[in-house]
Amino acid sequence: MKQTIFEIEKNNPLTENVYEMTLRGDCSEITRPGQFVNICLDGFYLRRPISVCDVCGDRLTLIYKVVGKGTEKMSQMSSGSLDLLTGLGNGYDTSVSGGSPLLIGGGVGVPPLYLLAKKLLSEGKKAAVILGFNTKSEIFYEDKFRGLGCEVFVTTADGSYGIKGFVTDALAGLEYTYFYCCGPEPMLKAVYKNTTSSGQFSFEERMGCGFGACMGCSCETLTGYKRICRDGPVLKKEEIKW
Amino acid sequence: MVNTSVTLCGVEIDNPIIPASGTFGYGYEFAELYDINILGTFSFKGTTREPRFGNPTPRIAETASGMLNAVGLQNPGVEKVISEELPKMRKVFSKKVMANVSGFSIDDYVYICRRLDECDEVGWLEVNISCPNVHGGGMSFGTSPKSAEEVAKAVKKAVKKPVIIKLSPNVTDIAEIAKACEAGGADGVSLINTLLGMRINLRTRRPLLKNTTGGLSGPAVFPVAVRMVYQCAKAVKIPVVGMGGVASAEDVLEMMLAGATAVEVGAQNLVNPFACRDIIAELPEAMEKYGISSLRDIVGAAL
Repeated sequence: MKQTIFEIEKNNPLTENVYEMTLRGDCSEITRPGQFVNICLDGFYLRRPISVCDVCGDRLTLIYKVVGKGTEKMSQMSSGSLDLLTGLGNGYDTSVSGGSPLLIGGGVGVPPLYLLAKKLLSEGKKAAVILGFNTKSEIFYEDKFRGLGCEVFVTTADGSYGIKGFVTDALAGLEYTYFYCCGPEPMLKAVYKNTTSSGQFSFEERMGCGFGACMGCSCETLTGYKRICRDGPVLKKEEIKW
Repeated sequence: MVNTSVTLCGVEIDNPIIPASGTFGYGYEFAELYDINILGTFSFKGTTREPRFGNPTPRIAETASGMLNAVGLQNPGVEKVISEELPKMRKVFSKKVMANVSGFSIDDYVYICRRLDECDEVGWLEVNISCPNVHGGGMSFGTSPKSAEEVAKAVKKAVKKPVIIKLSPNVTDIAEIAKACEAGGADGVSLINTLLGMRINLRTRRPLLKNTTGGLSGPAVFPVAVRMVYQCAKAVKIPVVGMGGVASAEDVLEMMLAGATAVEVGAQNLVNPFACRDIIAELPEAMEKYGISSLRDIVGAAL
């Protein structure tokens, strides 16, 4: 973990309420896809944990959805600096993926899969991606994943684009050696039930500190109590208590 | 050169800065960030007789200038604290630590305190009779002078190390409780624990916390804490440890003027993991600014 001041480079909407912010600063502590940063915002007491979408040298990309006053304030910042704690969380383990892993993301669970896809491809693996959204206007990053060279399947709940239904409706017939998943909990549970291989899930929880001190985000697993912020946010399928 | 050392219940500490229980774990998350031996001491995570998972999540909610928590005393239980956590802590912290204890009966308090009293690493026992987030125990001991006195008396009889009783602000007259602890033989009191609070999600119309209520901490509670430290320091002769919303060296001085011998820092560690390091670094300059050569001299100066 490191506390660093980042400079905001860009902050643009990708959809009606999902924004992409790029920042410049010391990213050296970000060592794995699936980690997060914790952002200090003027006028708000607690930091905002946001997953890392991409890192390239000293350029950090975050994608976040405006859900409350804090993220609303973030969405209005076009320049200036932000105090970030970086390198938080365990992140995804790519060493166990086999040759053709499947990445499954839903809504704002999609962003951390981008850096993960880059990492898997750089390791010579063939990554396929399922991106799930509610409707066509909420889709983002489809082209970015295709640009990396991934096979991409998009689902929309209302059928306005791609496969009609949920991410699990795109699973049938796909062959994969392992899976990585991030999204809302009902989606994680559905993926848990409908996947044939082992895999890893990234979880979300209200956090106090984000680095393991306050026990605010604890959960029970088959291998004991875990802090989502420090022992997670990524948990293995085998340790989840569902 | 200014003197930051103070004496807390007979034990001298380099400075009065003490990370508060539940915001500092057993120290090792913070030891990755800075040398925690610069601290006066720290109060480790509240320890119960049996392991506890605590309350269901969400356990945290934000407020204006503060936060609510309803963690509910998650900890591995006293035996694991002694066999696993203290040896790990010892590798990163060489000073005496403050052991924070919580119970659901007088017998619990006595048992846990006796076990921790035997540990070399422990310098003080901070007995929490004020946790607002557990049911059937915790705060219920801290809301009546009679039961507070009983806990103090029973624990004091069982241990050799100084006993500091941690008080709840969720009472009509906190000074009465402090006096009862003193009468029971306590070596000190610490205050305030969190203020009971609640927030509701406008969209779902449900409480933000799964536990419905939680304890408010952070700068929002600082003036309440200063007032209560002041009232207790007026009422008792034993040392008062002040806490509640402390976020800067100047807050520390204010707490000490109100009567605090030492000062705990809680929620601020969670939003700025370097908070205690920064406060300790800023103390000498703040002391010089206000003409203070020794911190001991200002304890209770406002009384």
